[in-house]
Amino acid sequence: MSSDPNSVFDLTNREYKAGFVTDIESETIPPGLSEDVVRLISAKKNEPEWMLEWRLKAYRHWLTMREPTWQNVHYPAIDYQSSVYYAAPKTRKDAPKSLEDVDPKLLETYEKLGIPLRERAKLAGVAVDAVFDSVSVATTFREQLAEVGVIFCSFSEAVRTHPDLVRKYLGSVVPHSDNFFAALNSAVFSDGSFCYIPKGVRCPMELSTYFRINSANTGQFERTLIVAEEGSYVSYLEGCTAPIRDENQLHAAVVELVALDDAEIKYSTVQNWYPGDSQGKGGIYNFVTKRGACRGRNSKISWTQVETGSAITWKYPSCILQGDGSVGEFYSVAVTNNYQQADTGTKMIHIGKNTKSTIVSKGISAGHGQNTYRGMVKILGKADGARNYSQCDSLLIGDKCGAHTFPYIEVNNSTAQMEHEASTSKIGEDQIFYFQQRGISAEEAVNMIVNGFCKVVFKELPMEFAVEAQKLLGVSLEGSVG
Amino acid sequence: MAQPLLEVQNLHANVGGHEILRGIDLTVSPGEVHALMGPNGSGKSTLAHVLAGRPGYTVTEGRVLYRGRDLLAMPPEERAREGVFLAFQYPVEIPGVSNVYFLKAAVNAVRKHRGLTEYDAMEFLALVKEKAKLVEIDEDLVKRPVNEGFSGGEKKRNEIFQMALLDPQLAILDETDSGLDIDALRIVAGGVNQQRSPERSMIVVTHYQRLLNYIVPDFLHVLVDGRIVRSGGKDLALELEEKGYAWLEKEPPAAVGAR
Repeated sequence: MSSDPNSVFDLTNREYKAGFVTDIESETIPPGLSEDVVRLISAKKNEPEWMLEWRLKAYRHWLTMREPTWQNVHYPAIDYQSSVYYAAPKTRKDAPKSLEDVDPKLLETYEKLGIPLRERAKLAGVAVDAVFDSVSVATTFREQLAEVGVIFCSFSEAVRTHPDLVRKYLGSVVPHSDNFFAALNSAVFSDGSFCYIPKGVRCPMELSTYFRINSANTGQFERTLIVAEEGSYVSYLEGCTAPIRDENQLHAAVVELVALDDAEIKYSTVQNWYPGDSQGKGGIYNFVTKRGACRGRNSKISWTQVETGSAITWKYPSCILQGDGSVGEFYSVAVTNNYQQADTGTKMIHIGKNTKSTIVSKGISAGHGQNTYRGMVKILGKADGARNYSQCDSLLIGDKCGAHTFPYIEVNNSTAQMEHEASTSKIGEDQIFYFQQRGISAEEAVNMIVNGFCKVVFKELPMEFAVEAQKLLGVSLEGSVG
Repeated sequence: MAQPLLEVQNLHANVGGHEILRGIDLTVSPGEVHALMGPNGSGKSTLAHVLAGRPGYTVTEGRVLYRGRDLLAMPPEERAREGVFLAFQYPVEIPGVSNVYFLKAAVNAVRKHRGLTEYDAMEFLALVKEKAKLVEIDEDLVKRPVNEGFSGGEKKRNEIFQMALLDPQLAILDETDSGLDIDALRIVAGGVNQQRSPERSMIVVTHYQRLLNYIVPDFLHVLVDGRIVRSGGKDLALELEEKGYAWLEKEPPAAVGAR
């Protein structure tokens, strides 16, 4: 019988199930960042002059900025000159025009990830825009979407085919000068997704993007822009994985959402970037800026995220509640195991009257993981009748991890109603033993407790994503108890 | 005689460097109910925990055979699947996990281990309905998170309810009577008595003789300072009630442990 009190919380290795490298010839440019590189990226993508100018403006601004230091994460200095800023899988001719044009090996990769494009698309009715490294390789269900007027394509394609829309909305929510990482993204973004839902249209299927970082030393800088016109609705799913590599990789994405009158955008993320090994070696640095603008009256933006991967997660999907009666929601599960660090949360900026926001954050720390919730709720002077409900819960597994909560609340209108609840709990040895005594293994016990803890967030996810998220959580916490 | 279900032989165990069990011998045959009594700190609960495999206890000497197999070599969940059940003195709360979900996982883990088909939701709910009557447990409690916000009595009833669902060969009841009012005690004891069978053995750990008015044991052992100092029939309980433990504490350890 074991007498070591630490034995239950022994840290053992965990397997990263998406950790394979696909051997595809990719076209990359030499490492480093300069105006020439920005020009080169733009040229490779045959971009119009205005796009290049926008990139250069961002690049020049970025040069004047410094990396933020306020976040509660620690990592060695990033050498921005050693990263590669463009990598595209080589294709037989130009860009693939349909699934048949896509390199079979690429499709194999998706199979391994459990997202066979064809089947997934057919069975689940999901249109997938798959971003492999930097170029969008396949977009399915385009025609069906086009029938109802929904535009869903890669960002580069949108720049060419819908320049007016892109110019109108690009940077309108996250300006090129917003923050260090957003500025970097604006200068060098390689691709991403563009989605436009016309007036009164309810998007007939869930739209989905799978991001995956493949090439070594490649930064991934994708950019997503979703515009929902008056009275429209769209649900967008985003999933991410990356292969195992010893060195750290940088990922700095920007997502902008715009919801006009009575429009609703539901944005769900399951992030499973490579978290590094059990000793904290390798893993993705995930510095992401996500923001939605509820511009119209009674518009709604809902963020749901399940963050299980990455060595470092730095992201605060936010809502600017500008339209009267608009609603912002943020549901989050963030897991840090081994040496992972997450500093994540949201900002809800109430500008319009009778605006409402809900924040539910569930942080889970295991191993040496450090999990920080950072959130801001700001009620501006004219936001009469604004309401916020925030709930931040932390769950600790073992005694070497940490949970931190930094809620900022700023109220400038006396009619506002604010509620904040927070809790910290720990999975105790006595709980685990209780499960074991009933025949349930320690691993399964943690799974059940964690899933129970996250239930309220999971129910916000679309069905098939919720199942995936549950499984992912199990994998992520594998080995967190011995 | 049939093979004993449980054989505890010269068991010594430490907690945090303190020797609590100092040579326990106890043999339990199928169908027998053994009561274990003794003053505070005598090692009753420690014995229960060591048998169930709770972490934090170190066995320094002796062995325990369960159906002829080395019980101490099995991880706690395997002991449970093999039919060892511990009704906890202080059942722990598990927020977020519903009782029924927890129990279904437990019952199916045990069934799988025994080579039986796992219950689906419908079959399991039927079983729950049947067993819930046994301990008069409110169906509302079945849906709530495990033990969360349960009263002391409800927690104990939930333990006996779980025992009924898991169908163990060896049930160890660790001070199941503590904190129960007389009505709850009657219900819990009734649930236990209905589960007595020629195949199922029980070890009933208790402080008070009063439980033994409801659950009448076949054998009674008195534990003092980590040793069984006296064993007898149910009459021994009455003697204890009258004289207390003091007279036993002065006596040398009983020559034989169990029988």
